[in-house]
Amino acid sequence: MSTTHSKAAKAFLSDKANAKWHDKTLYMVRTKRDRLSHAIPEWEELRNAAQNIKQYSNSHLPELIEEFEKNATANGCYVHYAKDAEEYRTIIERILRDHSVRKLVKSKSMLSEECHLNPYLIEKGYEVIESDLGERILQLLNANPSHIVMPAIHIKREIVGKLFEEKLGSEKGNSDPTYLTHQARKALRQDFLNADAGMTGGNFAVASTGEVIVCTNEGNADMGISCQKLNISAFGIDKIIPDLESLAIFTRLLARSATGQPITTYTSHIGRPRKGGEQHFIIVDNGRSKILGMPQHRKSMNCIRCGACMNTCPVYRRSGGYSYSYFIPGPIGINLGMLHNPQKHSGNVSACSLCLSCSNVCPAMIDLGEQIYVWRQKLDVFGQASSEKKLMSKGLQFLMERPYLFHSALKMAPIINKMPRFLLYNRLNAWGKDRELPQFAKQSFESWWKKNHQSKNN
Amino acid sequence: MKVGLFIPCYINAVYPHIGVACYKLLTSLGIEVDYPLGQTCCGQPMANAGFEKDSLTLAKRFEQLFKDYTYVVGPSASCVAFVKENHPRILSEHGEHVCETSKHIYDITEFLHDVVKPEHFASHFPHKVSLHNSCHGVRELHLSSASELTIPYYNKIRSLLERVSGITVVEPERIDECCGFGGMFAVEEPEVSTCMGHDKVKDHMATGAEYITGADSSCLMHMEGVIERKHLPIRTIHYLEILSAQL
Repeated sequence: MSTTHSKAAKAFLSDKANAKWHDKTLYMVRTKRDRLSHAIPEWEELRNAAQNIKQYSNSHLPELIEEFEKNATANGCYVHYAKDAEEYRTIIERILRDHSVRKLVKSKSMLSEECHLNPYLIEKGYEVIESDLGERILQLLNANPSHIVMPAIHIKREIVGKLFEEKLGSEKGNSDPTYLTHQARKALRQDFLNADAGMTGGNFAVASTGEVIVCTNEGNADMGISCQKLNISAFGIDKIIPDLESLAIFTRLLARSATGQPITTYTSHIGRPRKGGEQHFIIVDNGRSKILGMPQHRKSMNCIRCGACMNTCPVYRRSGGYSYSYFIPGPIGINLGMLHNPQKHSGNVSACSLCLSCSNVCPAMIDLGEQIYVWRQKLDVFGQASSEKKLMSKGLQFLMERPYLFHSALKMAPIINKMPRFLLYNRLNAWGKDRELPQFAKQSFESWWKKNHQSKNN
Repeated sequence: MKVGLFIPCYINAVYPHIGVACYKLLTSLGIEVDYPLGQTCCGQPMANAGFEKDSLTLAKRFEQLFKDYTYVVGPSASCVAFVKENHPRILSEHGEHVCETSKHIYDITEFLHDVVKPEHFASHFPHKVSLHNSCHGVRELHLSSASELTIPYYNKIRSLLERVSGITVVEPERIDECCGFGGMFAVEEPEVSTCMGHDKVKDHMATGAEYITGADSSCLMHMEGVIERKHLPIRTIHYLEILSAQL
């Protein structure tokens, strides 16, 4: 009955100390988030407002995108449209080629992960430098993010120390976080200075001003934009919001939900090109408008990529980001993976106990857990339902639809309590590996009722 | 007022004494209780596993058994939540009439706390208990304030338990984190599920409580499985057994 997720989770949990550390660390982030959100009396109203703005924006995209384009163009920026990942990649490559760029310095963008930008550009001969510290560590390790906000959360500082020793020439055996950060900063400073272009993603795109908003803690996006004359900022159509008043709602929610900070260190508005430079915006669909056409799932497009659903998810914390087949893990990743390619990512749908904590924690009020329930119902249609589970469900259905059979079976059931352990506890019994089975009662409630109420009547 | 008692399948099979406690408690409060015979399952196990359509006949049957009672009351928050939240949709998607039962079904906690409102229970329980705030009780039936939300603290189970003399009620540090049961989740993701169960039991134990108590026997069953395997020094008890201890 195991799924791709459950197998990977088993491997993750085999290193008990690390698994415990992972759970504690991410739960601590959830606790920090609680402390800040509980300090704002109108928090639930903010979540409601965020949900309403997202639903408004996502249902008024043609007007809002046109408004964004008009304002951005008036500000002297270029606006491009990409219908899918391929167009996104080729537009970026064309801009780079037209400007004879050889080295690109990037700040964090989940869209670029989604569209596999880096491998594409590297293959075409460009040098691509990730400038977010976590992303830079992963790039040097040739590894993928395991969390959308804290991409290298799973990597211990000793490993970073060794990596920097080898790649950046840092001191041998020094894994002091402050020291390592300074080493990264020193190396990145050179990259910022000698790159030919900068690139960012976008947390929000404000239609009324034609600006893209990028939130970072490290200021690396700003360094990239400020050091290069050419900058490209790409974002999904779901990032469009109407105006600055709407933005104020999201900036109050984003960092509190993500890391338990009142606000990110930098909230940068990218509005105009540098003097003598160029600012390009790329607005990407890549399946988003199709999702907006699916009533049961369109709320997943409310997502502001804060990662709070991962930090609160008891399954994510105990299985790690790599246990999911989609590049975005946790509750939102299960949903987006299924929307992207259900055949490929149905192995993640088991990674949910339906506790619904994610739906409560989401600042944009996405019904994440409820949508996972909906996906489970669809697995059979995709031919992805486990045949073992299906058989169990059918068996239960058969028994439960026959009250006489069910209650007769309960009379016999206590025999099971007396069965030899090897018959009950074996590799076919996933419950019994580390847990005792419940014992059947000698007399069911129904039998008790019949006995008592019959004797009363007599 | 006539109450139809809903006894979920696993309570019928494994924890009949909780059903009996529920019956005795309601009767002691002067409420007429009936148990419609031939009850089986609400269909949640199939539906949560992804086979909601396998629960259609059960939902129809449930509706037939219970639709004429003033109140339907059950001692299992998760099963009650399933009937309340999902039966209406399951029935309507298959062209059935609107589900009546879902409008007057209550978990025993809601029924006692919001409808019957007894001032105290004739029970004495001089023990320290750690309250298990189960996911569907908290996040579907709103039996207590969910830790994620910015709303004033409340807890209906705690409020009822504190009407028992001698008792000390505490709550674990991760106040409403899942115990990892989740129906078929427990066997489809056995390693994660067991790890969640262990962590949850440890969190309850850290309070120094002698018992873990709550409104959902399924969660208690899961934690009991962990406790017995590891011979841990804590026990599980449904909170109705505490309220009805002297009956």
